[in-house]
Parts: sequence; C-alpha cells; structure tokens
Amino acid sequence: MELIFEKSIVGRKGFCFGPSDVPTHARIASKYARKVDAPLPEVSELDVVRHYTRLSQKNFSIDTHFYPLGSCTMKYNPKFTEGLARLPGFTDLHPLLAQLSGGEQWTQGALQILYELEQWMCEMTGFSAFTMQPLAGAHGELTGIMLMAAYHKSKGNSKKKYVIIPDSAHGTNPASAAVAGYETISIPSNKDGGMDLRALKAAVNEQTAGLMMTVPSTLGVFEGNISEIAKIIHAVDGIMYYDGANLNAVLGRCRPGDVGFDVMHINTHKTFTTPHGGGGPGAGPVGVNEKLAKFLPISRVVKRSDGVYVLDYSYAESIGYIASFYGNFGLLVRAYAYLLMLGKEGLIDTTNHAVLNANYIKAKLEPYYKICFDRICMHESVFSASKQAERGVHAIDIAKFLIDQQIHPPTVYFPISVPEAVMIEPTETESKQTMDHFIAKMIEADKLSQTSPAAFKEFPKTMPVARPDEVKAARDIKTSFFGAPTDAA
Amino acid sequence: MNPYITNTPQEIEQMLRQIGVKNIDALFADISLAHRPKSFKLPQGLSEYEVVRHVTALSLKNNVHVVPFIGGGYYDHYIPSAVQALTSRGEFYTAYTPYQPECAQGTLQALFEYQSSMCALTGMEVSNASLYDGGTALYEAMMMAIRITGRNKVIMDGEVSPIYRKILKTYTHHLSYQFEETPVVHGQSSREEIERLLDKDTAAIILQNPNFFGAIDDLTDIMEKAHKVGALAIVSVYPISLGLLKTPAEMGADIVTGEGQSLGLPLNFGGPYLGFMCARKKYIRKMPGRIVGETVDSRGQRCFVNTLQAREQHIRRQKATSNICTNVSLCALQAAIFMAVVGKTGLKEMAQLNLDKAEYTKQLLSKIKGVEVKRSVPTFNEFTVHLPKDASEVVAAMMKKGFAAGFPLGRYYPGMERYLLVAVTEKRTKEEIERYAKALQEVLD
Repeated sequence: MELIFEKSIVGRKGFCFGPSDVPTHARIASKYARKVDAPLPEVSELDVVRHYTRLSQKNFSIDTHFYPLGSCTMKYNPKFTEGLARLPGFTDLHPLLAQLSGGEQWTQGALQILYELEQWMCEMTGFSAFTMQPLAGAHGELTGIMLMAAYHKSKGNSKKKYVIIPDSAHGTNPASAAVAGYETISIPSNKDGGMDLRALKAAVNEQTAGLMMTVPSTLGVFEGNISEIAKIIHAVDGIMYYDGANLNAVLGRCRPGDVGFDVMHINTHKTFTTPHGGGGPGAGPVGVNEKLAKFLPISRVVKRSDGVYVLDYSYAESIGYIASFYGNFGLLVRAYAYLLMLGKEGLIDTTNHAVLNANYIKAKLEPYYKICFDRICMHESVFSASKQAERGVHAIDIAKFLIDQQIHPPTVYFPISVPEAVMIEPTETESKQTMDHFIAKMIEADKLSQTSPAAFKEFPKTMPVARPDEVKAARDIKTSFFGAPTDAA
Repeated sequence: MNPYITNTPQEIEQMLRQIGVKNIDALFADISLAHRPKSFKLPQGLSEYEVVRHVTALSLKNNVHVVPFIGGGYYDHYIPSAVQALTSRGEFYTAYTPYQPECAQGTLQALFEYQSSMCALTGMEVSNASLYDGGTALYEAMMMAIRITGRNKVIMDGEVSPIYRKILKTYTHHLSYQFEETPVVHGQSSREEIERLLDKDTAAIILQNPNFFGAIDDLTDIMEKAHKVGALAIVSVYPISLGLLKTPAEMGADIVTGEGQSLGLPLNFGGPYLGFMCARKKYIRKMPGRIVGETVDSRGQRCFVNTLQAREQHIRRQKATSNICTNVSLCALQAAIFMAVVGKTGLKEMAQLNLDKAEYTKQLLSKIKGVEVKRSVPTFNEFTVHLPKDASEVVAAMMKKGFAAGFPLGRYYPGMERYLLVAVTEKRTKEEIERYAKALQEVLD
C-alpha cells in the first residue's frame, strides 16, 4: 500500500485554521527561521481517513482476533473505560495546574483517582506505598532498581554490585539493572521450572544488591520456595524485586508484599487491561514496603486531614523526578474504572479463569506438543515445538500457519531458556469455543508437520504481505520516506 | 461480578474435567497456605453505569473551564477530529507490539510514516518509533551520547526545562557521570558559560529551542564549538515551533528529542505523551527504542518490520542500548495522523497563528502598568513577564477570574517569584486575550 507521502498532491490541504483574528502579523527574523517548509504530506482529510482506516485493517488486534500471546496478557479491553478516559474533565487538564498555588482545588478529581488507585494497589499487593509515575513496565523496573540503589546508599552498603536474575526473566530485567549501574548474574531454572536454590546460594554474597523475580515465572510456574529465597537475599541485606508482569495469575491468591518482596511494578496494560496501543503507551506503577517508601519518586499524592488531595514534594530522601508528571494518567483512569467495576470478587474471578483457561489449553495440547513442565500451570503454559522441529517445522513456522488461520500466534522463542518455545496465554476473557478453535488449529499444524512440512515455508499466504526479508531491513536500512541511510555502519 | 468472563458453569465443568481437577481451587495448589494473602479488602464491584456515573462525577471536579495561558512545554493546541476518530479504532489500540509483521502492517507502516514525518519536521535523517515522554527522551539522548563518545561529562544548558533537568539528575546521580549545568540567564543560552565548560571530556551539550523561558535562538555556533572538541549536540525542540523555526538539522544537531504532546495529543494531566528522538544516520545503531524499517517480503512487495533489533533488550538483555521495551505506538500514530491532516501548509499556518497571538498578547500586557515584557529576546508562543508582585498570588487571583494565567517561575527558580511564564496557542481568541489582559490589569490594580 502507498505511503501517505506518496498520496501527496502539491497544494492540497487537509485542515483549515482560518484567518487570524488578531491584528498582529509577526515575522521570525531570518537567522531563526527555517529555510524550506517541512515536507509533510499534502492530502485531504478524506485521504487521511481512508488511508489510516485501510492501514488499521491490516492489523490483528484483540477486537478482531484471538491473541494468545504468552506473557503479554492480551485480554479484552472493555469499551466503557475508553469512554471514561476521554472525558474532557481528564483530557483537557493541564498537568501544571496542580502545581499552582491553590491548584489542587482545580484538580481534585484527578488527584482522588491517583490516591485511591494507590490505596487499592497497596491492598492488592501487600505493599505500603505506590508511585503511579513510571510510564511503562520497564520504566517501573528501572525505578525499582533505583530505589534499591537508594536503599543501599542510605545503609552505607557500598559493596553492592550485582543483581541476580533467573534465566527465564524478561530481557528488560537485566537491561534495567544494567542501566541503573548494576552488573547482573543469571541463575538457571531447575527441572520443575523453579529457581535452582543451590545455584542461588552459590551466587549470593555481600555484593548482592538484590534479586529480580517474576512470579509466577515466565515458565508459567509458581515458585514454591519463595520464602526461602527471600530469606537468602535478605540475609545479605539484599532487596527482593517482584516483576509484576504475571501478577494477573495470582491476584487475590498471593500478595508479593506478604511473601518477602520489598518492591514491585505492575503492568497496568496486562493485569488491569489498559489497551496495548500497538506497543504502548503503558503504565508501570511501583509499590514498596516500609523499608523503601521514603525513597519513592516525587511528587506523591496525599490526603490532607481536611479531605483535600494534594501533591507532596517534601520527601528529603526521595530519588527525585523519574518522569515529567504523575504517570500516564489516561491509562490510570482506565485501570481505576476497571477495578471499580470488578471489585474484590471480580478480580479473584479474573485470576481463577485466567488460570483455568491456560490449563485447559495445556491439557488439550499436551498429546501433540512437548510440554516443558508436567504440572499444573498458572495463567500461561510453555510448550516446545521440538517434536515438530525435528520434522523441519519450527515454532516460527507454526506461528505463520496460525496467522493464515486468523489467529495471532502465541509468543515464540521466549523464554529463551526453552528451545523452540511456544508460550500460550489465553486470558480469562476468551470463551471455550474460541480456545477449542485454536486448539483444533494447533493440532492441525502438528498433523501438517507430519504430512507436508515443506508447506509451512510458504505461510502466511493470506495476509497483505508474506514473510519479510528482515536481513535486508537491517542491511539496507531505510527508516524514513526521505532517505535510505544505507551507510549506517 | 465480572462481565468479561464468558464461560458458563457447564463449560467450566467440562474444562475442569478435561484438566483432571475437581475445582478451580485445585489449580492453585502450588500456592501454599503460608503464601496466601493476609488481607484482600477491596470495594465491592459495581455495574458499568454506576462506574460511569462515579468517574464522570470525578472528572467534573477538575476545572477545565479556566482559559489556559499556561504551557511550560505542554500546550493547549487544537486536535483535528479525524485524529481521535482514527486512533479510536480497535484495530490500532487493541493490537500488541508488531512482533509478527505479517499481521501488523497497519501499525508498522503508520510508525514508518511517523518516523518520516519527524524527519521532515526536524530535518534529521533518522527517527525512532517513539519513547515515553520529552523528559525521558532527553535522558535517553544523553545516554546515547555517552555511549557514542565514550566520554563521561555532560553539559546542561541552564535554559533547559527544569523538569527535564530534574529527571536527568535522578537517573545519573548514583552513576559516575559528571553533570555540569550552566547558570540560568533567562534569555538566550550563554555562550561564555557553555564555552567555559566544553572540553575534550565532554560527551554532549544539551540545549533546548525554544528554551524553557520561551526564547528562540540559532544554536549553530554552540553546536560547532561542541563538535570542535568532539562532543555531540543534543537539542530538545517543540514540534509546532518547527513550522517556522530553523531546524535542528540546519543548526548541526546530532540528536534531537522533544515532547510530542503538541502533535495531536490531549494534555491528559501529564500523560500519555510522546517522547521523540531523531538523529544523524550514522548513530542509528546506538539509538534506543524500536525502529521500523522498510524491506520486501518473499514475493518482492514492499513491507515494514521492526529493525535493528539487536540493539534491544529482548535480544541483548543487559548489553542493550536501553532497557526500554514499550514505546508509545498509539501516541506516535496520533502524531502521524495529526501531521498528515494538518499537513505541510497547515503546520506553517498553525505556527504563524501561535506567533501572532503571542505577540498580540505581549503588546497588550506591556501596556499594563508595572508589567514588564522583555522585548529584546525573540520568542515563539511563550514568553516571560515581570509582575509588580508575586506571580503565584497573581495566578491565584486570575484563577478566580477564569484564567490559568501562566506558570509562576518561582516554583522552580528561587528569586524569580515575580516572573510569570505565559503561553498563547492558536486556540486563544482575540476576545480571550483581551479579557485576559483586562483581568490581569484588574488583579494588579
């Protein structure tokens, strides 16, 4: 399909600002002025509407397709939360308004949402305070590690150097620890998908700053030794970090703050179903226990004794500003509305059915695909397409087959510790019929891998494009309509 | 109560039987009694209409009816209706990161177009597919310059947004970087101060145009001096101003970042916003975040993919160029649509309206007794005024008259308590500007 730039006709306009109503006509002095106009598209509004409508139709999305993408929690995003987040009382609110003297009185509704969300998140996770500021999960991780660093600094723990991370972790974990100035040590998983305690004990010493852990792990397994692990880390004054990527599997069943964790982040776009947006924006609120609360970023929202919500900047030991304002407010409104509707029972149901659905798919597919761990899984299950790979059909081929069946593929090749990984997370919002259809297609793929493995190389056949040449993309780099920076070595 | 769970009791029964467990609780056997929640006290669920009523009532407690003359890097611009109509399509907003390019060409092509428009705007050769917000984008640019030069010292111009400066300090204070700030001069960047600090250890000089006080500048000479010592020039820019202002590329910038909120995103009480980053092509492999590239499919047709992924955390883990996973795709899409609708001539018209209305406001304010507008410094749509009394008090009084009069600079700059930062966008009418000037006069009388 043509680019919007290729639809451009010189002189065509898509929007009319109208004549100026002020008598002034100013000029920018030529030394400050741009020489040529920015070569943006010259198209009509109708051109734009058709163009982007057609583009949207080239996407799979939750609204149109089953999306069992493990670890990503692609559950239904209720429509009413969209409507609420778009209320002008939220969208037109300037963030600096709250910082004017007396400005809190103009922003009470927004501040109340931030305040109550913090209270609920504390109760759901067993922590004593939350910041809503982190703008994504990975941003939450970085914030959490900076809190860890602030803690060690305040305690004079000058030897702290390493953060320990299981090999099944998301790539953001080691990357966040590295950005915050720590080196990372990887710990292998044991045969049941848990953490190898012997390897952990061998790795922990006075240089251990902390441990980052996803519970349940990305292998879909709840770590039974969690209390013992916490004991080992706390014995050297290390900090226990809970990666909340999989919180949706245990909400109402286990609280990170109760089982030894000191700090965590929540991906609102997973657990609280704020939309993924084609890859963001996200939101990654960070919770802490008493040990770390004083280091949280400023500002914090507090409720004064007269019931008025205000921004409080008076935390001397705070790590400071981690984002421009109070978080991705638009998404927090959606999470707030979702939580209000579900309430306690609804949230527990969510967890229950996420786990039920995952186990149903696991039970149905076990005869056909190698399961990594022969035990009950949590909200997702990890298979290996190793049997199919022996026939020349790899995880990626099965993924491409599913695309032709109008199903978004599961996550493949993650966790990296599992060869030919196929990670399936159906979420609680999918019906048995949808899952049965997916299961049938997965079985069909297995059958086809036995009868005509070569056929897979041609999939997908029914999409607007076939498999892209990714090597060419990285070699003949072209990232803009205006040029091809091919010599970008 | 959870209306989004669809399976019936019979289906649930069938599923449990298939799994081979008696009930749902049995699925949680791995969570021992000792690991169960100590408490889980949350409100009871509500119906959709009860939630809508409650949240709508909260939205009405926010006062969005004051006429805004407040900016500080975040502006009340008009958003053409097509922007929201298109980004509200579920095919866009309920999609995931385009890791499977065959079923995500919509998102991928839109991001490629976004990158192209950002290049058009800034004059730079490459753009990534977006970062969180303007402040964190500037931090990523600084880290990128440190990686490219292998040097440790960063010079921050005093005229850069105090919010950005605070963010950069947070991220670097426990790391071994030397972070130098030039003193605030409340005007165009001080060449002497920057030159004094520039040396062979300098990784980058960080600038902003228009700067936090609204001053516009030609930063070419500073960038040349930075290049002479092997340092990179980073500049944070305000996209709408680029309808008229000299591009950072023309000035010689190496990395360009900024807050893209003005490109069709609502103010949203601080987010989600759009951090953007453009650079010279030779630095593309050092860039953080996702980048969409053009290629061909196995049938030879043009298509788009996430490219140069070997930079990213999901491949490189602790050695990645950044820990960033998410970008802000939907916000980038919003900006791409905004830039397409407004288009080449529209952006220039819009920028001109901002300039004209700000100049008109300046004229009216400078006629008020005791109000001083610094006329010697050229500005775009934001400027500072000196008031005969505390700006915070003036703002509070102006609120009562229905205006968000501006941002009192004393909030971030001790000693500047009588200065007010005033922003005027294309949305402000002549009548609003005149009422604003009149109200200010009354407040000061």
